Formats: sequence, structure tokens, C-alpha cells
Amino acid sequence: MSVELDVFVGNTTIMDEEVYQLWLDGYTVNDAVKVRMEGGVMDECEASKDVLLSDTMDQYRTFQMCERLLHSPAKLANQLLFQIPPHRQIMLIERYYAFDDTFVREVLGKKLSKGTKKDLDDISAKTGVTLKSCRRQFDNFKRVFKVVEELKGPLVENIRQHFLLSDKLARDYAAIVFFANNRFETGKRKLQYLSFQDFAFCAGQLISNWTVGAVGEYNMVEDMDVDLDKEFLQELKELKILITDKDLLDQHKSLVCTALRGKTKVFPEMETSFKNLSRGLINIAAKLTNTKDVRDFFIDLVEKFIEPCRSDRWTAADMKLYLTHYTNSAHILDTFKHQVVWDRYMGVVKSCIFKMYHD
Amino acid sequence: MPGKLKAKIVAGRHLPVMDRASDLTDAFVEVKFGNTTFKTDVCPKSLNPQWNSEWFKFEVDDEDLQDEPLQITVLDHDTYSANDAIGKVYIDIDPLLYSEAASVISGWFPIYDTIHGIRGEINVIVKVELFNDLNRFRQSSCGVKFFCTTCIPQCYRATLVHGFVEELVVNEDPEYQWIDRIRTPRASNEARQRLISLMSGELQRKIGLKVLEMGGNAVVGYLQCFDLEGESGLVVRAIGTACTLDKLSSGSAPNTNTHMHPNTAPASNACNSPSKDGKEPVFVEDLPSSSGPPTPFRALPTSSSSPPPFSPSKPCSRQSSSSDTDLSLTPKTGMGSGGSAGKEAGPLRTLLRQQTQTALEQREFPFFTLTSFPPGFLLHVGGVVSARSVKLLDRIHNPDEPETRDAWWEEIRQEIKSHARALGCHAVVGYSESTSICEEVCILSASGTAAILNPRYMREGCLDIGCTDHRFEDPSPPSCGFCHIPYDELNMPFPAQLTYCYHCRRQKVPDVLFTTIDLPSEAAVAGKGCLIQARLCRLKKKAQGETNATAISNLLPFMEYELHTQLMNKLKLRSMNALFGLHIQISVGENMLLGLASATGVYLTALPAPGGIQIAGKTPGDLSNEHISSIQKRINDTIAVNKELYQINPPELAEEGVGSPIPEPRHRSRLFRSHSESSDELSELDLSHGKKDAFVLEIDDTDAVEDIHSLLIDAPPPTGFYSCNTENMPGISNWTSGVQMFTSVRVLRLSNANLTNQGLNKIFTDLCENLLKSFYFKLRSMIPCCLCHLNFTVAVPEEELIQVTVTAVAMTYDKEQTQEKTAEKPVNKGSLEAEEQLQFPLELCADSSSSNIQTASKISGVAESTNISPRAASVDYGSFADRCSTWLELLRLKAHTIRRGSVKTISSLERCSPLQEGRSRSLRSSRSFGGSSVTVVKMTPLSFLPGIRIIKYLGIINMFFIRETTSLREEGGVSGFLHSFIAEVFAMVRAHVAALGGNAVVSYSMKECVFMENPNKNQAQCLINVSGDAVICISETDQESSASTANTGQTGGGGTDGAT
Repeated sequence: MSVELDVFVGNTTIMDEEVYQLWLDGYTVNDAVKVRMEGGVMDECEASKDVLLSDTMDQYRTFQMCERLLHSPAKLANQLLFQIPPHRQIMLIERYYAFDDTFVREVLGKKLSKGTKKDLDDISAKTGVTLKSCRRQFDNFKRVFKVVEELKGPLVENIRQHFLLSDKLARDYAAIVFFANNRFETGKRKLQYLSFQDFAFCAGQLISNWTVGAVGEYNMVEDMDVDLDKEFLQELKELKILITDKDLLDQHKSLVCTALRGKTKVFPEMETSFKNLSRGLINIAAKLTNTKDVRDFFIDLVEKFIEPCRSDRWTAADMKLYLTHYTNSAHILDTFKHQVVWDRYMGVVKSCIFKMYHD
Repeated sequence: MPGKLKAKIVAGRHLPVMDRASDLTDAFVEVKFGNTTFKTDVCPKSLNPQWNSEWFKFEVDDEDLQDEPLQITVLDHDTYSANDAIGKVYIDIDPLLYSEAASVISGWFPIYDTIHGIRGEINVIVKVELFNDLNRFRQSSCGVKFFCTTCIPQCYRATLVHGFVEELVVNEDPEYQWIDRIRTPRASNEARQRLISLMSGELQRKIGLKVLEMGGNAVVGYLQCFDLEGESGLVVRAIGTACTLDKLSSGSAPNTNTHMHPNTAPASNACNSPSKDGKEPVFVEDLPSSSGPPTPFRALPTSSSSPPPFSPSKPCSRQSSSSDTDLSLTPKTGMGSGGSAGKEAGPLRTLLRQQTQTALEQREFPFFTLTSFPPGFLLHVGGVVSARSVKLLDRIHNPDEPETRDAWWEEIRQEIKSHARALGCHAVVGYSESTSICEEVCILSASGTAAILNPRYMREGCLDIGCTDHRFEDPSPPSCGFCHIPYDELNMPFPAQLTYCYHCRRQKVPDVLFTTIDLPSEAAVAGKGCLIQARLCRLKKKAQGETNATAISNLLPFMEYELHTQLMNKLKLRSMNALFGLHIQISVGENMLLGLASATGVYLTALPAPGGIQIAGKTPGDLSNEHISSIQKRINDTIAVNKELYQINPPELAEEGVGSPIPEPRHRSRLFRSHSESSDELSELDLSHGKKDAFVLEIDDTDAVEDIHSLLIDAPPPTGFYSCNTENMPGISNWTSGVQMFTSVRVLRLSNANLTNQGLNKIFTDLCENLLKSFYFKLRSMIPCCLCHLNFTVAVPEEELIQVTVTAVAMTYDKEQTQEKTAEKPVNKGSLEAEEQLQFPLELCADSSSSNIQTASKISGVAESTNISPRAASVDYGSFADRCSTWLELLRLKAHTIRRGSVKTISSLERCSPLQEGRSRSLRSSRSFGGSSVTVVKMTPLSFLPGIRIIKYLGIINMFFIRETTSLREEGGVSGFLHSFIAEVFAMVRAHVAALGGNAVVSYSMKECVFMENPNKNQAQCLINVSGDAVICISETDQESSASTANTGQTGGGGTDGAT
């Protein structure tokens, strides 16, 4: 005796958020039933294991049928097959496009290609996220990437409108798209301590300050928020004068040191490493015209600046103090003419380093 | 040329990719009606084409308009090869044919393909211009309204109920024609869908003609069914109740026949005012308008001395106003005139019957498919009548002559009619017909409830229900009148145990009442109702032809008997005494028969309290047997638990306390008592009231033990849930807005052939119970909630397969209000009963004059037979151990009446206290669906939606779909296949309703769900037929704003005129 067929269809589609999460997390039906049993849902309605199994299967089927619609969320609102109240639709979409930070950390900055997709089982093994879930998340990244690639206008707004996501999630996706597009290196051992949210913040900074769209005059250009502003990158070369001109370098150092003296315990270390650090930051800027060096932007920041400071035991406050004065002092240098570029560069670098300077 | 049909194809969206190379589609549309076809231009390379076509005009007869659907085919243009069909939309234009319904059909329709399912959507606008046709010999019946709803639709008033209409059409099934061997499955499915659509149109038109002939303008309780007879053809048949309906102006609409406030209607009636001051309802005023001859009743009410007016000290509760009306309108006519009242009542009733009979006898079949009635329509209920007949299909193979099928049904209806006669009834209400087919064997079944109706509704002339209700000559109060026996107690059609009505104490009532109708809204009940099911499997040998038919018809009576016994036992186990909405389905398979009886049990306070169930061994000595006593204990415990669960605290039981409500084994003493009339017995009898009539189950073999165990398997619904299979849930009326309609299908494969009847029963019972458990679990977020209209359908699609299909609606209710209401009821009753004490001496005399009660017992008027043994074999179902003499009965009644009067207030106070922690859910369940571009369409199998008023009926929805797949595994197996198909059917129903401008479907039902699979070939096929009434409804609280939402929903297709 066996149940050959078992379906339950409601006029308003019934969806249990807990089961949806299990489905998204890639649990098999049987595993999901186990989790639900442990969760104590059985006591709620004198349910038995069979009831739970039947319910889980039904819901899994429903989700599978909905999945097609979730791929283009705008369809969910005007499809006729499932009658889903709007607030449930929002929940379905938001959860479907949500991702695990541990997973995204692994693919961040990688090319969203078939090759990467093949590595998903390794990533799954490493992160503990089920392969099914990895695939969904990866496909989501790829789908969003593909869609916004062809759209004009601001990246975050495009993602939000096209995929009906919350602002926060849309920003995260923008970061993922931005990283994938510029292929920033994030996988090196030295960068392992950084979380996805650290990178997402940095991506936000880069998008709003360094891209074509950031300038404002170019409205509605393709990829305006994805590609870095080439002109700006060229101009960055001019900053080299701060380290190549001996006078300027010394002047800059003395200005910073005057401002910092007595305000921090690590002042002697700051004074000794000033030239090194300054060279590090300016060299990063000067090299950004090179695509390869753009990719290494974050690793460079860590190697050239964060690591030396850390070995000198700077606190976050020290870091803040130093960078503030380092940036501001350049304005007082009368022979330094590139104030605008300097601000545009240092603004981003400063906030990125603040975000990245932790254990 | 009486009609012009116009159609415009606006746009498409979400079309499938038909050209792999470009990932796009070059779509165009063919619009076909009758033999005329139009085409749109090709909209190249688009998945969201905008055709914005001209208006395609079809000039057609209205006969065709009724029969034919508008057929829209979406195709992909292909320059070199044949164009590929994407899918079709069939639009039934019937709703446009009567003026009051929809004026335009406009909206997005899913494009449906029988192989691929829904493939995108198409936006279409359809209009009809009808010209006046004065031809008297016309074949069309445009303008006759159809309703699936089995009560008088909300916003209408029945001025006249004409009666039964039926029709059937027969055709060859395209699936079985020779051509099917060479055409594609798609072509075959489409031919079938189209044929059935045509046949239903024709059927509806023919029924409409009959209605026009009778002088009516509507069919209510329209029930259309398909018989897929395989080789021998396809039968589409329908029954309904012809009525003359008047549309109510919107102002008065909320007062009529809503389920919420059924009693407010008469109160608002000006002509009822005389009764308000406690006088007799004077219906003499009413009569002159009647065209009928003066009746003898006319004199009666005025000459008989009326009882004193009701005491002015009515309970001051919110309910009081409606209850007041109820009480004061209660005519006391027949009983008023002293000791002779009882005698007078007899002839009165005979006269009444005679008169009604003349009204009804002109009709061939005095049948009514309605299940609930305007107050005052239903006078008495006799009991369930049913008839079954086994037929061999292959004998009749002449599709052009539906006469054979007509004759079969005629036979069955005659039988039903004669059963009703035997019960002293002149009409059958809650009537329905069904079939079960397996290979060439077909079981035809019909059932209904024998009843006596108020003849006024059948007569021409003064038929205004609003003015006549509660004023009929019948002396029975509405809260119990329908329980009073219609048959002559001296000449009963079957042995039954009669007592005086526990409510009015003037008329006899049976101990148990079974009916197929809904609980009348004015009925007095105690506690809540609950779903009661009897399930049964019977194995039979595989056989062919006549042998098979004989074997089946031999089994049928036994199955009915057992189903009734089960129902009876389960009813007792729940301490209830009446069943409503009884539906017995017997389904035939190759090697077994399945029987499923569903009903809603309820405790009617007019009927005697049910006795418990007593277990007895073969011999009295067995009573000491430990086993038996343990079973007895379990049963007693179950009854106690159920009483608590369903809050059955009838007034009679109040003073008995919670203490043992279950009979102790008093077998011998009771036997003795039935012979004795000694006064010593009296005191004991008083104490044991409510424990009498213990139903004895004899354990004489292992089967019996099994049966008893299976009785106890039925788990009560979890806390917060109630269930019923009727329109309204006894004991719950304060619905909040949460509504969830659902359909569930489960198919079980029996693995081995060595199953016994017992084993099968267990499997079948578990299947049904598990389904219910699944529902409770899935709907747990709606608690407190009630599953209403639980409609189970069983089938044996193949050998070793059992299929159960359930459609029901879950509705949330306000727990706190329920408490209040149940608390109020007894208060009202208390005053009523206190009043009645005054009349008690009269009853005493009346009773003593008729001391000749038959003592044998019988549950209800179930008369059944099969065709092969055509005699009406009425079976004595079960026996009651206790037989009381009338005299004792009488004394007991007296004692109780007196006691009740004093206890009432106490018990009601107790119940008023806030016992439960329930909190109001009204806020949480009122979800707002706004903001979506798709109109939200609510669906319910009930005739109403809670908190929502239907302002317009847009027409009947009757759709038939076939879905087939040759890639079953890829579609997620059988479950995946059926799941998406059912979801698609819902979607298509909703889309059609929305296109009509509606926002809800009421009286929705899935008539047919035939599923066939061949997993080895990776194939499956399913046929689904659904129907319902499309309506526009608005929230009762917030009328204006939601009306506008209903309108905006319709204009989704691109600003058309004529939006409602």
C-alpha cells in the first residue's frame, strides 16, 4: 500500500516560510521533514510524520513551480497561475534572492562563468552551504549580472526595479555585479579576514565615487556604475608628484606630523613609516590605469598600508586620525594642484581602509 | 439574425518561445465562432505581442450564442512549415446573454494547451448585441439565469418556485471514435473539450426552454454532470430548480436570506407588525390576494383561542431582537383550543397535505435541488430517500436516442417519489443525482430529503416570500417545526421511536433525523456541529456483464445498511441526534465497491437526547467480560470528550451535571421497565433522562470488535478546528474574513491482492482520516477556523487504486463572539420554555389520547432499492434496547419541563463567563490584497462569503479541461502533473471571473476529476470539470471603495466601455 499521488492546492497559494527556507537552503524533502520534526511543529496540530511529509512535498512542488516566476520577479505580480498576496510575493522574492555571506565571499570577484559554476561543489564542501543552494545563489548572481549588463542608468536602482528587491539587497547585488565585472581579487589568503559586507561597503564607495556614473554629467549610459571612470584613473597618475617631489613629500610629512604629535601613542611609528605608507597609497593610485592592478586594488591596500600599520599596532582610531590629517594636509601644500582628484581618491581609500582595518 | 457577437484581440504576454533560433515567437490569433473564423495579423518576434485588432463581428442566431463557445487560438506563424498552435481559450458567452449580468467580457485569459498547460496570456474583449426576438417558437432561452447556488441567491427574492427541471444530451465520445487512432492526442483532447462545451451549452439552453415554459426566469441549484461512458458515449445531464426570481433593490438586499441574519427579514416587514403585540399572525388579510379557493384553514386561526402573549420580559441581549420576532411570530393556532388540540392537529395536517399535494401533483416530480430555503418554506422533514440502480451500458448503444438514459432516470425519480409518498411527504428537497461507472457497469443514484413544503410558494398569486414567512397555518414554531413528523404516527412507513417535540411539546418528533439539506437557519441547536463520515470497502469478484451487475446490485443494500449503521454509531458517539447534508456515494471498481457517507452531525434541541452506546456480549453473562467493559469505558469516555468538544450542553442536561452522562449497563432493568408502569420507576427515569435509548452494539464475533474499534479511530479535529460538510456550520456564524478554498487529491495504491474487507476498510478509513489531518495541519495558521462544505468524492480509477478528491473551504471565525452567542441562546430558550409550562396540561391531555406509539425504532426514512430488486426494501437499521410506554414518556416530559424552567438562568450564566483565552482574530485575517495588477478572485464552495455582500451575479461558470502529458517524469511525476493542472484550472476560473468583472466565485465545485496514468509509458491524462457562480461582491463594512476596486480589476484589458 502506498500513496501514489498526493496534492493539495489552495485558491490562495499556501506557503510556509519555514519550509520555504529549508527549500532554499537545499534540504531534501526527507531532511526538511526531519528538521521540521525537531522544530516541534508536530505538536502544533497533532500532526504525524506522514502529514509532515505530505505537507513538505506539496510545498516543495509549489516552490518548484514558482521558481520559474522568481527568475523574473516582475512576472510574479501579473501571473495568473498562483494567487499570492503581495506581501507574500515580496517575501518570496526577497528570500529567493538572499544569499549566504560565506558563499558569496567565495565567488566574489570571480567571473560568473561556467568554469566557476563547476567549482561550486568545492565551495559547497568548504562553506557547508548545500550544492543546491550554491547553484541557486550563483545563478541569481549570474541572472542579475546579465540583466543589468544591458540596462542603462544607475545600477542599484536597476536591480531594485527589475528584481523587486529591497534597497539593502539591491546594494549587495550591485556590489557583487561590480566585483564580478572588475574581477577584483578577493580570494588571497591575506584578504580572507574580510567579510562580504566589508567588500560590499567598499564597492558602494567605489560605485558612488569612481565610476562613470559618479560624475553626474553622464546620465543613462550603459555600465555607468560598473566601469571605473577611465579619465579619473588617468588623472590619478598626477598624484605621483606627492612622492616623487622630495620637497613636497617632506612638507607633507611635517604637516601631518605636526598635526599628530601628542595625539597618539604610536606617533613615533607613524613618523618613521610615513614615507613608506604614502608611497604605498600613491603608487596604488598611479597604477590603476592598468586593469591587472585594478584587480589587485584590495590586496594592495592590505599589503601596502593595512599590514604595516597593523604590525605597528595602530588602533582604528589612530588609523582614522592619521588618514584624516594625511588627506587634509595635502590641501595646504601650495605646489600641489590636484586637489579634486586627491579628494576623490582619498575619500574612497580612506573609507575603504576604515572598513577594512579590523582583525 | 438575433445577435451580433463582437470580439477584439488586444495583446498577449508571457508567450512561450516557439522559435528556438531567435528565442522569440511570431504570434497571431484565430477567432472562431460557429463556422466563421477571423485572423489577426502576425506580430513578429515578440513574446508580448500587441495586436490591437479590429472588432471581429459574428452575426449569429441566439441559439448558437447559447450553445457555442467563442474559440480563440493563438498560433506561431511559420513561413515554411505548418503554423504551430500555442494554445486556446474557450470563452463561454452565456453570461452576456441576460441583461442583468455582465455586459462585457474583457481581460487576460490564460492560453491553454492540453499538452503543455498554460502558455502565456491573451487580452480579449467580447461583447454581444442582442436584437429582440418575438418568435414564439424560438429554440433559444436567452435570459434565463442559472445559479449553481442551492439556495435563493442573495440579492434576489423568489416569488415563485416552479420545481424540478432536468435534461440530458448524449453524444459519442471523440476519444473513442475511429478517427482517434490517427489524430494527435492534442487534437483528440480539443475535440473532446469543444464537444463538451457545446453539449453543456445545448443542455443549458434546453433547460432554459423548459423554465420559460413553466413561466420561470431562473434555475437555482443547477447541477450539471458528465458521464464518461467510454465506448457507449458521453452523457451530459443536468437538474435544477426552476424559479421566478425578482432582483431586490440594493437597499433591501442585505436583509434577505443572508446566512448571517436569517431572522431579520421578517422583522423588517411591515405586514408583520400585528404579530408584534402578541396576537395571532393574521394571515386572513393575506389571503384575498391569493387566487386559490378559500381554504378551510382560514377560519381556524381566528376561532381558536390564542395562547397568552409572550411575556414582555425578554432577555436583554443583542440577539434578542431577532429572537423576539422568532418567538412572537410563532403561531399557536392548532394547539390553542384546549384538550382537543391534539385531535385537531391530525385533520389539519391532512388537509394541509391535501392542498399542498394538489399544488405539487401537477408536477411530474416534486423535487427541489435546493438545500436551504427561505424561512417558512420547509414545513416538515420526513427523512432521507434514496434509490440506486445498476445498469449495463453496452446494451444501449444508440447515441441519437437519449431516451434510454432518460428512461433510466425517470425510473429512479419515480422510485424516489414513491419513497417520499411512503413517508407522508409530497416533495423531495436537497435532491441530487449521481453516477459511478466502471467499464460497462453504471450505478445511477439519486437521493434527497422527503419533506412537506409550504404550498404558498408553489401557488400563483401571493407568493411574496417576504410577506408570508412565519405566517403559515402550521402550528409549529420555526425552530423545531421541520423536525415534526410528516407521516401519520398510526400508520408509520417504518418503525421509529417517536416522542413529543422537546421544543414545543406539541408534535411528535423522531429520535433521530437524517437529511440531505442544510440545517435551517432558524433551527434550534445545542453546541457545534461536526463532520461525520462512514467509510466502507467491499470486495467483489471480477466479472463481466450481467453477472457483474447482479453481483453489484446484491452488494448495494448491504453497503447502505452498513454505512447507515456506521453513521448512526458515530452520531451517538458524538452525542448528537441529527445529520444534515447527508451524501452517500457508492463508487464501483473492477474488484471492489467503495462507500462513503458524509454528513454534518448536530444536536437538535427539539429531538430527544441521544442515548449512549452500550456494548453487549452474546449473552448477558458476557457483560462481566473485562474486554467488553474496557471497550464500554472507551466509548463512554469518547462520548464525554465529544460532548465537551462540541459544547453540547442542551438544556435538558444542564441539571444533570457533568457526572456520568453515559448509561451504566442496565440491560435487565430496562427490559423490565418497558413492561412496567409502576410509579417506582418514575424517579429513576427522571435521573436517567438522556441516558435512555442506549444503543446496543452486540459483540458476537471478531468482525464486530473490529467495527467497534474502527468507530473509535476517528480522531476529533485538533483544538481550534471544526468541520462540516454543509453550507453553514451549526453553532458558528460569526465568521471573520479569512477564507481559503482548496482542493486535495490523494490516490492510494493497494499493494497486494490478499486484502480482506476489514483490511480494506481500515486502509480506506485511514486514507480519509489522514487527509483531514493534513488539512488541519496545513491550515493551522487560520485557527480558530472551520472547514466548511468538506466534499469528499471517491473513485476507483483502476484496479488497486483508490482516489479521494476533496474540495472545501476553511473560514476563520471570532472565538469570543461564539462564546457570547452560545451563551445567549439558552437564555432565549429558557424564556420560551418557561412560557410553555403554561401549556403543559394541554399537552398532557393530548398525549393521553394517543397512547398508541409504535415502539420499534428506526433511524430515518431511508428507503432504498436497486433496480434488479425493484421493491423498496426498507431495512430496520439497528435496534434500541429501551422501549418506553407513552405514559411514562409523558410523565418524564412533565418533570423535565418544570425543572428546566428553573435551571436555565444558572446554566446560561455559567456559559457567559469568559472561559477561554481566545482572542479576536478579525484584524489579523483581513489581509489587503491591493497593489497587485491581477484581480484577486475569492473562491468558495459555499453560497456566501463571510463579511461580504454579493451585489451582482454575473453568470454561471462551467468549465471542462483535459490535460495530458507524455513526459510525466519531467513534470514531477503524477503529483507534479496534477498539482499544476489543478492550479491551472483555478487560474483559468479566476481569469474568466475577472474578465466578467467579478471578484469571487461562490458555490464552486469540482464535479469531476478523472485521473488516468500509465507510468510505464511516462503518460498521464486528467479531466476536470468545475462550476460555480461568478459574482461581484463588496465588503459589508466598506462598500464604496471595494466596488471601485472590482471595477478597476475589469478594465485591465485597455479601457473599454460598459464596465459595470
